[in-house]
Amino acid sequence: METYELLQSYWWLLISILGAALVFLLFVQGGQTMLLGARNDLQRSMMVNSLGRKWELSFTTLVVFGGAFFASFPLFYSVSFGGAYWLWILILLGFVLQAVSYEFRKKSGNVYGTRTFDTFLCINGVLGCILLGVAVGTFFFGAEFTLHKGNLLDTGAPAIASWSSTHGLEAIVCWKNLLLGVAVLFLARMQAAMYFINTIDDINNYKVQRKAVLVNGGVFVLLFVTFLAVLLTADGYQVTVIDGKETFEAVPYKYLQNFVDMWWALAVLLIGVALVLYAYVTTIFRDHFRCGIWYSGIGTALVVMSLFWVAGFNGTPYYPSLLDPASSLTIGNSSSSPFTLTVMSWVTVIIPFVVAYIAYAWYSLNREPITPDEMSSDDHKY
Amino acid sequence: MNDLTTLVDWSRAQFALTAMYHWLFVPLTLGLSVIVAIMESIYFKNRDPRWLATTKFWMTIFGINFAMGVATGIILEFEFGTNWSNYSWFVGDIFGAPLAIEGLLAFFMEATFIAVMFFGWKKVSPRFHLASTWLTAIGASLSALWILVANSWMQYPVGMEFNPDDMRNVMNDFWALVLSPVAINKFFHSVLSGWTLAGVFVIGVSAWMLLKKRNVAMAVRSIKVAGWVGIAGILATLATGDGSAKVVSEVQPMKLAAMEGLYKGSCGQAIVGVGILNPDKQVGDDQEPYIFDISIPYGLSVLAEGDPDAFVPGVEDILAGIELTPEGDTIKGDSYAQRIERGKAAHDALRRFDVAKSQGDENAMQQARADLDKDFKYFGYGYFDSPQEAVPDIPMTFYSFHIMVILGGYFLLFYIVVLLLVYKKRNFVERNKWLHYIAIISIPLVWICSEAGWVVAEVGRQPWVIEGLMPARAAISNIPASSVIVTFTLFAVIFTGLLIAEISIMTKYISRKSQENID
Repeated sequence: METYELLQSYWWLLISILGAALVFLLFVQGGQTMLLGARNDLQRSMMVNSLGRKWELSFTTLVVFGGAFFASFPLFYSVSFGGAYWLWILILLGFVLQAVSYEFRKKSGNVYGTRTFDTFLCINGVLGCILLGVAVGTFFFGAEFTLHKGNLLDTGAPAIASWSSTHGLEAIVCWKNLLLGVAVLFLARMQAAMYFINTIDDINNYKVQRKAVLVNGGVFVLLFVTFLAVLLTADGYQVTVIDGKETFEAVPYKYLQNFVDMWWALAVLLIGVALVLYAYVTTIFRDHFRCGIWYSGIGTALVVMSLFWVAGFNGTPYYPSLLDPASSLTIGNSSSSPFTLTVMSWVTVIIPFVVAYIAYAWYSLNREPITPDEMSSDDHKY
Repeated sequence: MNDLTTLVDWSRAQFALTAMYHWLFVPLTLGLSVIVAIMESIYFKNRDPRWLATTKFWMTIFGINFAMGVATGIILEFEFGTNWSNYSWFVGDIFGAPLAIEGLLAFFMEATFIAVMFFGWKKVSPRFHLASTWLTAIGASLSALWILVANSWMQYPVGMEFNPDDMRNVMNDFWALVLSPVAINKFFHSVLSGWTLAGVFVIGVSAWMLLKKRNVAMAVRSIKVAGWVGIAGILATLATGDGSAKVVSEVQPMKLAAMEGLYKGSCGQAIVGVGILNPDKQVGDDQEPYIFDISIPYGLSVLAEGDPDAFVPGVEDILAGIELTPEGDTIKGDSYAQRIERGKAAHDALRRFDVAKSQGDENAMQQARADLDKDFKYFGYGYFDSPQEAVPDIPMTFYSFHIMVILGGYFLLFYIVVLLLVYKKRNFVERNKWLHYIAIISIPLVWICSEAGWVVAEVGRQPWVIEGLMPARAAISNIPASSVIVTFTLFAVIFTGLLIAEISIMTKYISRKSQENID
């Protein structure tokens, strides 16, 4: 493999890791969808404060995911964000509302009342999970765009990418994308319940959340199995590059084939699924099992990574165009230059250090679980 | 007005709206994080609970403000893709890197340690807590560094070359980006202006408490810390502002001319201290540029070149191709009409290159490449039909610049007076009510000053998104203008609604908390 290809693959791997971290951290969004249904104000306060110590981390992971995608695969940034305008704008609006809601919800003088900010958190939770799932769904099921870089020289209409006139709304109503989006929502809700069990020391909370794991996890498993069935029977494109020219050929069962060709991706998928199922079953059947979030979290991360791998590796365009196959984006044709990828790769040396201080801060803050007493203290809280 | 122009105008309006909202909160975050960290450091050293109370008071305000900065910031990053998608491809190879580094190096640091800062008082050691507070402040400044590197590169594109195969620019020198004189000046100028702003804010709020006779000791303590941070900030802001003017004169002479409303330059050029522009003045006519002005002789020549006799070109000189060499000599280069011609030749060469490539004609590719290289430095001018299209909005740039400079001078005086009185004068609290009122009035003024600075920087460099290479009209996404009008309205309503809530929460908190005996 040439150095450039190696760099491109390395960056796709990093994107998959960031995507995996983001989907794991969506438990924050999942938890936000459960706030309005809390039994009483105390329970809601404990849930909010449990999530509130992590919301900036999930938010930042989304921002870094976007930044890393921009730096490593700028053509995706250009085509997808500028084309699927409404899909991304709706996602962003939800996160705008989230960013203020924790800090403002209980502050006196917040003008709109606590319930409004809790509703904002719920909106972010639902929109964030479903629409990010939809966005990832387009990696497999395609998007309606065409790409002509030569348009840059058309002074009257210089945009290089064109999208269908619905600008992302069509992706949201595509049932295959929605299937993944709703599955992500229920996964996030299940993991949120596991996280609440892990971080809140209150027997009433434990009973409620255990039931939430049962219900949300059950729905998630059904949806995810359906999604996998759809994915493994889906057609895709195979890209072949000869003398620098790409040809795209429609291939049946492309993603199933990718799992067969890349046994390691299949192994990671299966290990991930097993860990999520272990967390689900153990939380339900073993009393006071509090570590479900870690098994499920690691499992989720592995599954997401394997999905990114079959989306982009093995000659697969990770952003297939439904209107013009030749416009499809691949790791090879959409990446930054070798120089930039090299510079950025040097920067990634810092990642273990970043992970280490995040882990240490997480441990420091979560060492003592949240209790009902803490909610009535004078300490800073949401 | 055609569809493209409407789309470009609304996209610019949306970016301006979100950027200006974002900048309402960022400088306070940059400065207040440092002030809070200093206060906590004092507490760490003397373990005096009064300093702990002071730290927590300002830290809560910091948190309220920080949330709004985060909310408005996420839109900006993604707007490069949603509304400026051509830009994202044309220079994404260069521009994306600082954004990703900003996330990796700065955002994670801020997000992680701000949680420890707020929730860790009883969960981590005092030393680790203090470190977290400083790391939050450092993270904020680091994030400013990388986004300002990115912004500076747009104003002064360096460290890159054009790749005709992909029809984009690619990076070839990372350190040229990071260490460009524009980036260095902009970083210090912007970040330290945040110290100035936060200092005025803290002094203003404290002055209000003094007027109300609430927590007087805490207010005086806060004024002292904010005064030192603020005066360091304003001195450095003024110094880097002077440096910025020299750099702008070199790399963006059109912006400098617009800042001064200078149409025809001269040797020993005066600078307008205060002035009103003639609203009927057009580029190329013989009308006087000012209705009224008080000018300082030789001022602009000194500001721009450090030489009272130096020539400073005006808008019309620049359009005619008069340039200054780095040594300060005046030469006749390509006029803007010639640049447009050569820009269009570069477009044609790239078109020929593309056709030759698709036909596999190596000779034609080489010829086209040679032609492209010859004219590429004027590539962006090829999108214009007349030289006037390359002139920024002069009145907006002129007035913003003068508001910024006049207020900047005022704040230097303000800090000197505050520090002198708070340390030297007995009965500072009782006898200086006039100063307390001035301090309160200064709060909105410092925000006007800060926003005016960004208006100068961003309006003054129009119509370019990348100086000389890409005008705004070529950077656009292919979306209907109506969609952008809807999102502009959405952002305007949401941000305004949230700003109202933020100000209400802050004022309520200050009012309520100040009535308690914080000490």
